[in-house]
Amino acid sequence: MADDASNRSGVQLYRTMRRIRTFEERVGELFVRQETAGSMLHLSIGEEGAAVGVGAVLRDGDSFTTHHRGHGIFLARGADPNRMMAEIAGKAAGYCAGKGGSMHIADMALGHLGANAIVGGGIPAVVGAGLSYRHHRKPNVSVAFFGDGALQQGILYESMNMAALWRLPVLFVCINNQYGMGTRIDHAAASLAFDERARSFGLLGEIVDGSDVEAVRQAADSLLAAARGGRAGFLAIDCFRFYGHARMDKSPYRSAEEEAAGRARDPLARQHARLVGDGVASEEDLAAIDSAAAAEMDAAVDFAIAAERPEPAALFRDVYGPDQPPPVPLAERLDRVLGARR
Amino acid sequence: MTEVSGRAAPAADAAGPRQTTYRDALRQALDDAMAADPDIIVMGEEVGRYGGAYGVTKGLLDRFGEARVIDAPISEAGIVGAAVGAAMTGLRPVAELMYVDFFGLAMDQIANQAAKIRYMFGGQIGVPLVLRTQGGTGRSAGAQHSQSLEGWILNTPGLRLAMPGTVSDAYHLLRAALTQPDPVVFIEHKSLYTGQGLLDTATPDAPWGQAVVRRPGRDVTLVAYSRMVNVALEAADALAAQGIETEVVDLRTLNPLDSDTASQSAMRTGRAAVLSEACLTGGPAAEIAQRITEDAFDWLEEPVLRIAGEDVPIPVAGDLEAASIPTTAHVVDAVSRLVRP
Repeated sequence: MADDASNRSGVQLYRTMRRIRTFEERVGELFVRQETAGSMLHLSIGEEGAAVGVGAVLRDGDSFTTHHRGHGIFLARGADPNRMMAEIAGKAAGYCAGKGGSMHIADMALGHLGANAIVGGGIPAVVGAGLSYRHHRKPNVSVAFFGDGALQQGILYESMNMAALWRLPVLFVCINNQYGMGTRIDHAAASLAFDERARSFGLLGEIVDGSDVEAVRQAADSLLAAARGGRAGFLAIDCFRFYGHARMDKSPYRSAEEEAAGRARDPLARQHARLVGDGVASEEDLAAIDSAAAAEMDAAVDFAIAAERPEPAALFRDVYGPDQPPPVPLAERLDRVLGARR
Repeated sequence: MTEVSGRAAPAADAAGPRQTTYRDALRQALDDAMAADPDIIVMGEEVGRYGGAYGVTKGLLDRFGEARVIDAPISEAGIVGAAVGAAMTGLRPVAELMYVDFFGLAMDQIANQAAKIRYMFGGQIGVPLVLRTQGGTGRSAGAQHSQSLEGWILNTPGLRLAMPGTVSDAYHLLRAALTQPDPVVFIEHKSLYTGQGLLDTATPDAPWGQAVVRRPGRDVTLVAYSRMVNVALEAADALAAQGIETEVVDLRTLNPLDSDTASQSAMRTGRAAVLSEACLTGGPAAEIAQRITEDAFDWLEEPVLRIAGEDVPIPVAGDLEAASIPTTAHVVDAVSRLVRP
């Protein structure tokens, strides 16, 4: 999806956030209907402002990696909800042929170098992508999205240092939803001045309110412009994870008051109020967007449920490139060893 | 610890085989590959100005410049992770980790990222990086700089693994590694760098992935890789003096693992031993020996022996270090008893 005015418009930001929230709600339904591949589903409800604010100002040819809570980021970069939902359901029509799932969605065509189930695992790849763009004289930037848990991983700081040292077109984006699984950020870090950490490495560093998608977009726009010029940056986006860590987590470690306060910081409600208040869109306009998103994501659920499972032979496919024979299946090997004894 | 070669860069390649060292053959492979493919970059600790801890990359910075020969901070995970991202976006990086012992620092990027990206992402993309490193004993480098950790790699589907034991393979397996569509872990042996051998850059000993019979023999099969190929050949000489003809199979790559060549040899000789510097328990020798057993059981006169490293950390004291891995004497003794029980 191109970086043009229509992507950046307030209504479009709202639409993309709504599509993400509805998608995530439908993922929850898919799970309840026992149609997902596993229960490792990490929903980004409450964090839409981060995904959309940055996603709206990336350009075609840019690349990114995400963490395990990355559905929204990929949707903000133009993902097809049908293929995403199919992947989450472990179906052959999914982005990764049903072998990646929620935590390993990737799509090279849209610059998605991969979601990652290891905290911080996808961060250093953007340093390499930055090297690649510089080597090939491309105007692109590569963005690492990760959660606040990764702020305490060493690999982030190895990567920040290399990006600053080598003046690479790279942006590090922390979606700080306040919780690493069940541990609140102030129980994991003595200082919450994460922008200072980044600046101490020679990066530009900012913290922005994730409930304000326009503010996120503006901050990302300026940091991405600097990154394209070889000044790597870091953006921490403060938001709140509305629900548990994963589908089975009911957040017993948070008080009702804390949850209510966190959910009051709703990026959709805020953008809705702004658009209506500024007279940019009517209640009816936005309701129509909500209805369209519901229909689109209902269709994605239907698509995922109807899609075929991977064929059994897919188990051995793509372990290696096509020049190397696939691993020998257990049954075939046992037949070779024991065949003469039948 | 580091060591630098005082040698000058190799002279321009002449036609036909010539005598050179393992180190110079590796350097020439990088030099030739980089000259042929502008998308190859070299990245690692001390690979540029210093010329590589063991001198393998000496001269590459002058020839190819800072954009392609990149001195990295001491950030092993970052180096491998950056190589992963570079390989996914059109470069062919050669990342160097100075010692295989440092893989622990980078293992997430090696085993969870590089190895799995093609498969997890449904075959969308491969990760064509080469991860050069060196391992093994012989320099009293101590417990954290002397290990043989190829088993870690062998136990991780998705990684290819080359372990050259000859000067010719140092060149040709590295050139071949730089044509693979998947991550290749390329483990050199620190005690082979100054070893001499014949190199014909025009002709590899065999294609990538194929084992080579280094010495034919009818009585017993010795399967080895990396430096243990030399030990096997020395043992074969000594055994010949006792009238025992030993066939020596050099695996060259452990993934792909050409156990068929080893098994076929064992079917001819009826006896086999697998030689490895890595620790015995859970190690590569066990996997190779078991494959031979499953393939060639009906032809075997004796159980397939594992002659492997002791199950100990590597000590720094020279005599103890030497005693921690199989020696020619171990091999001669074991094979002569295997053949004449």
